Amino acid sequence: MGDIAQALANLEEKKVYELVDQKVKEGANPLDIIQECNDGMIRVGELFSEQKYFITQLIFSAEILKQVMKKLDPLLAGLQTRGAAGGKVVIGTVKGDIHDIGKNIVITLLKGAGFDVVDLGVDVPTDKFIQALKDSGAKVLGMSALLNFTYPVMKEVVDAVREAGLRNQVKIIVGGTPVNEQVREYAGADYYAKDAVVGVNICREVYA
Amino acid sequence: MFIIGEKINATRKSIEAAVKARDAAYIQEVAKAQEQAGAHALDVNCGTVPVSEEPETMKWLVKTVQAVTDLPICIDSPNPAALAAGLAEHSGKPLINSISGESARYDSVLPLVKQYRTGVIALCNDDRGLPSSKEMALEVGDNLIKRLMDDGVPIHNIYLDPLVRTLATSPETVVDTLEVMRDLSRKYAGLHCVSGLSNVSYGLPERRHLNRAFVVMSIFCGLDAVIVDPLDRGMIASIYAAEALVNKDRFCLEYIKAYNEGKLAD
Repeated sequence: MGDIAQALANLEEKKVYELVDQKVKEGANPLDIIQECNDGMIRVGELFSEQKYFITQLIFSAEILKQVMKKLDPLLAGLQTRGAAGGKVVIGTVKGDIHDIGKNIVITLLKGAGFDVVDLGVDVPTDKFIQALKDSGAKVLGMSALLNFTYPVMKEVVDAVREAGLRNQVKIIVGGTPVNEQVREYAGADYYAKDAVVGVNICREVYA
Repeated sequence: MFIIGEKINATRKSIEAAVKARDAAYIQEVAKAQEQAGAHALDVNCGTVPVSEEPETMKWLVKTVQAVTDLPICIDSPNPAALAAGLAEHSGKPLINSISGESARYDSVLPLVKQYRTGVIALCNDDRGLPSSKEMALEVGDNLIKRLMDDGVPIHNIYLDPLVRTLATSPETVVDTLEVMRDLSRKYAGLHCVSGLSNVSYGLPERRHLNRAFVVMSIFCGLDAVIVDPLDRGMIASIYAAEALVNKDRFCLEYIKAYNEGKLAD
């Protein structure tokens, strides 16, 4: 791991900014710096998965990344942007459910790993998922829930993706406390992600 | 402090297993343990079973628990059919957990509150979702209380839950929630304020410290009912201490009684 990646993984905020400033001064390619940040964030995700880091540290790492991106933005104009390089993922908590902490953890890790995330928020109606997939051309759809009566809703969304003629272009991942293999099968989704890091790795496979 | 025992909740593996197996003895053991530890009511939740089975399961749970205790049951479900099934089975004055400002929920739960003359836990959210600011939370809470009273629910049957958010992901909201509780309990004499504490500490280690500190702060702001594990000695001791400190325990008699009952020991 490069030194920026390591500093980010250690949440050494000041050091990250100093190293980024230094490398920018030395003429480094901003895309390389971003790649290092992604590596750092992936490490943070692993530490979170191992329960060595907690949610607040995840949020802190995302904040550091955000500040780094602010520094790099002026240098990215004209270069191939992250948006084009990063795969698109549409994600939301399904209709009837307003829980979002798990979903937001996934989003933090996805963005950290370089994905372009369309966050539909909570209590998302079926047609909003479909529209977002059409508008973004995303190859991955993630659905999250905490409440147990949302399984039929997930199935409804998968069916709607099929009706919209998008089923073959989109991999569908379901996750959340009450979700498991049976729910995945019932809903007709492609994957069940038991935690955020698993979900991110599935996205990386899809876009590999 | 009105202590509502939280342990009969199917999100806990042991309870889920007992519910699946219809193991009445285990459920009754948990009910009695909470009663012995000083609970004034028992929350009962079977929300992990399929929706179609929830009413029957709730009916069985209420019957099973009431076979061994006279404590009122706090019937906990977002599904009005499950609430109705539990209420029909219940003898005595139950609590409904919960109603909110969301139109569908309000319209389906209010008739049950009135029919069975229950206490009701009232959640501070409406069709717009969770309040995004303190001002909005006050507005939502205020409207909900007024509406319940206009619809004939006496103030002393209303337990307002300001919906404390998770500290780790919404740090600025915890103080706001405390202030909402304080402002509304000052405005409406006789209003109860309730909280399920564990949301606040989600995602952080050694959650009990956060839960206890939060309950102490909440008591200062008007909290007079909690959904908690009555067997959590440290939590109960903090509650006794905080109530004494805000002068709600005349001559500290409850605190001393708790001491004599061994509840304040480590």
